[in-house]
Amino acid sequence: MSTLSIPAAGGLPEDLRANPRLSQWVRAGADGLLEVSAGKVELGQGVWTMLLLVSADELGVTPSSIRLTVGDTARSPDQGLTAGSLSTEVGGMALRLACAEVRRRFTEAAASRLGVAEAEVQLAEGRFRVAGGASFSYAELAADVELEQPLRGDGVPRSAQERRWVGMSLPRPDLERKLFGAGFIHDLRLPGMLHGRVVHPPSATVRTLHLDETVHARVLAMPGVHTLHLDGRYLALAAEREEQVVAAATRLRRSVRWEFESTPLETGPDQCWLRGLPCEDSIVLEEGGADIADGAARRFEADYSRPFLAHASIGTCCALARWEGDELTVWTHSQGSFPLRRELARFFDMAVERITVIHADGAGCYGHNGADDAAIDAAILARAAGRPVRMLWSREDEFAASPAGSAMSVRVRAALDALGRVVRWEHDTWSQTHVQRPLFPQLSCLASRLREPPAPPPPVRDFPLPAGGGQRNAVPMYRLGTRRIRYHLVKAPVLRSSALRALGAFGNVFAIESAMDELAALAGRDPLAFRLDHLDDARAVAVLQRAADAAGWSQDRAPARRSGAVRGRGLALARYKNTGAYCAVVAEIEVTDRIVMDRLWAAVDAGEVIHPDGLVNQIEGGMLQAASWTLKESLPWGAEGIEARAWEDYPILGFDEAPRSMEVTVMDRPQDPPLGVGECAAGPTAAALANALYDAIGVRARHLPLTPPRLLELLDAG
Amino acid sequence: MLERIIRFKLNGGEVEIGAGPDTPLLYVLRNDLGASGTRFGCGAGACGSCMVLLDGRPVNSCDTPLSAIEGHQVTTVEGLGTPARPHPVQQAFLELQAAQCGYCINGIMISVAALRERREPVTEAQLQEALSRHLCRCGTHGRILQAARKALGLSMQPA
Repeated sequence: MSTLSIPAAGGLPEDLRANPRLSQWVRAGADGLLEVSAGKVELGQGVWTMLLLVSADELGVTPSSIRLTVGDTARSPDQGLTAGSLSTEVGGMALRLACAEVRRRFTEAAASRLGVAEAEVQLAEGRFRVAGGASFSYAELAADVELEQPLRGDGVPRSAQERRWVGMSLPRPDLERKLFGAGFIHDLRLPGMLHGRVVHPPSATVRTLHLDETVHARVLAMPGVHTLHLDGRYLALAAEREEQVVAAATRLRRSVRWEFESTPLETGPDQCWLRGLPCEDSIVLEEGGADIADGAARRFEADYSRPFLAHASIGTCCALARWEGDELTVWTHSQGSFPLRRELARFFDMAVERITVIHADGAGCYGHNGADDAAIDAAILARAAGRPVRMLWSREDEFAASPAGSAMSVRVRAALDALGRVVRWEHDTWSQTHVQRPLFPQLSCLASRLREPPAPPPPVRDFPLPAGGGQRNAVPMYRLGTRRIRYHLVKAPVLRSSALRALGAFGNVFAIESAMDELAALAGRDPLAFRLDHLDDARAVAVLQRAADAAGWSQDRAPARRSGAVRGRGLALARYKNTGAYCAVVAEIEVTDRIVMDRLWAAVDAGEVIHPDGLVNQIEGGMLQAASWTLKESLPWGAEGIEARAWEDYPILGFDEAPRSMEVTVMDRPQDPPLGVGECAAGPTAAALANALYDAIGVRARHLPLTPPRLLELLDAG
Repeated sequence: MLERIIRFKLNGGEVEIGAGPDTPLLYVLRNDLGASGTRFGCGAGACGSCMVLLDGRPVNSCDTPLSAIEGHQVTTVEGLGTPARPHPVQQAFLELQAAQCGYCINGIMISVAALRERREPVTEAQLQEALSRHLCRCGTHGRILQAARKALGLSMQPA
């Protein structure tokens, strides 16, 4: 599981051990370009640019001299998933080492040709030379270097001072395609291809599909319809033209009946229903045997929650598939071409060697969405139709058939001593799993559950610690006396759930940072000072202080800009996964009949910064997406599955709801290892907003989302 | 639904297409006319990814039937500019790197380009009104607003 890969003690990082040949990373192209390959893929987060900058520095060439290939199982190294904010930290650093070693092999070859010592060879603009002597390009030296040899681990990455491209805000090359009409998987066309759609049941737990024979025949007779593929409860169709397959799928959706075996569940907006389900309980951390009452002057207990959330990408899932004899090629925007290839091999019971999976960029990906399912759909339908298929999910599929981000319920109990210090902290998280990815020996794709015979539901498990899934970031970063952290993983999920940006960290950090604010109020302390009193980690102190300074925390609040509004500000802090980037967020809001974001500040410590503007863009986006979850989003669902079908069922943040300004401060730490920033802002943003609400009107919001009706309920209850 | 020949202007050139008059313009643009920068997002006119200009006015192409554009002028993102000669709106979006995944951006640039063609000066309220027809999921709202303001000559620090 690559998301958990860590550098091996004293040896090569796992990504390099798994892909040990230099040629898996770098090849010298015949046209003079260097072909660099990586397993981390562009998801809209800017990874492409990060990989270019890292490899350009190590290979001593300009980014335009590099031809980058990512996520192609025939050409790229297997780096597992593009997930967990590890693409830079693990994926980019593996590429850095591989490129450094390639540079070393070519430097040796140049030294040998020039008859000088290795140390005398200089590399600039892709040419190896000695002062005043001849020079050679990579292409000219290629015959002297055996790139099929295994990595030795003797490449030495350039020092921070030697780097020329890393640290530069290079405009993203992929945007030069995407803003002019090209650049997405949705634009690929294969000769002779059909357009495909799936008619999904409302839930994977459906028992029976009823399709009237007359309807079946009528749909097959619709213009352009080529194939109607029915296998158990799996229903898909292909047509010559896109509007034809859309018309036929619409007709089928209206006509099919689904039979469920469902048990209604009493639920509520506080998500406490999760606690009533059978759970697998585990201890995340247990310190001392102290009881909540020991030495406590004051005790505190509160429940927090987040609802199910949708990925809700603006573009829907897409894939293309082509069978040539028993060879399968699939184009996908999955987070993991290699894991998907293994799932395809399991699904079709064929050897992985006969399958090629090629990454192509999709719309924004925030975790395990329907990309893998859509890729398998394309392959199923292409085989049934005997022609290549372009599969596209509908908006309805995007909401109702994608895995959801799990609802969570969190209970925090704490005790303060007479001096207002926390002496005991207890945290319990109840959640469904945050991983049902195709990572395991058992089939997990949606089609495997629907076809005949159906695969059993995949075993329920979550990401193990230290990264964790539902328990991610459940351990607070503060000095809090003794701590007991427990995780209660729901054994029988009510909806299909999997990884959504930040996973459990969103709910856990929201709870911890809300509780810290509540405790500060109990202790009669300023929220910033109270946190600083409980922090030992110097980097955490620095980002928190930096964000507070940027926001003018020590100064009086500005008056409200809107008439009749009340202004408030809140802050929050976390280190993502307790091992990743540090992020502190300050939110200034105005409360009318709703929460209006006015200004947001973030300070981030992500170690060495590879692509500064890309980092800032990710933090801005991370804050606003989390603000959308916090203020607006809750996936409607019931006994028969997800009930959202269209945007009107699942409103997200609009342009008129964006804050007036956002300021991101990036700490300068070029000597520290780089850390991913895609997910670190999520939890702090949610808590900063709830804390700002309390600051404004003295009402504590513990259950998300903080919509106007919820606000009204809180005011009525208060 | 019988096919017939429908003629219209696409990015300045005459095109004709044989298709059912109810066919959504979006599919014809993407699949027949090579204008794939117009994007499918929801098929219900709710997200703005498929925005095109119809005689200079922004419309969602996913719920605009071919019959409605017969004899009219359609402009897609391909008609704005090229990487070598970007439209001022594209230039502003590139300069501010106002995109993350970029999927929603083409439709948004179309709406901003339409505002730019107005004779009278554009206001912040008109920009907000135009963007209310669009959705962005990556949280790029801040940069998108700034790029649009830049392209429209609006204040970068609105009141």
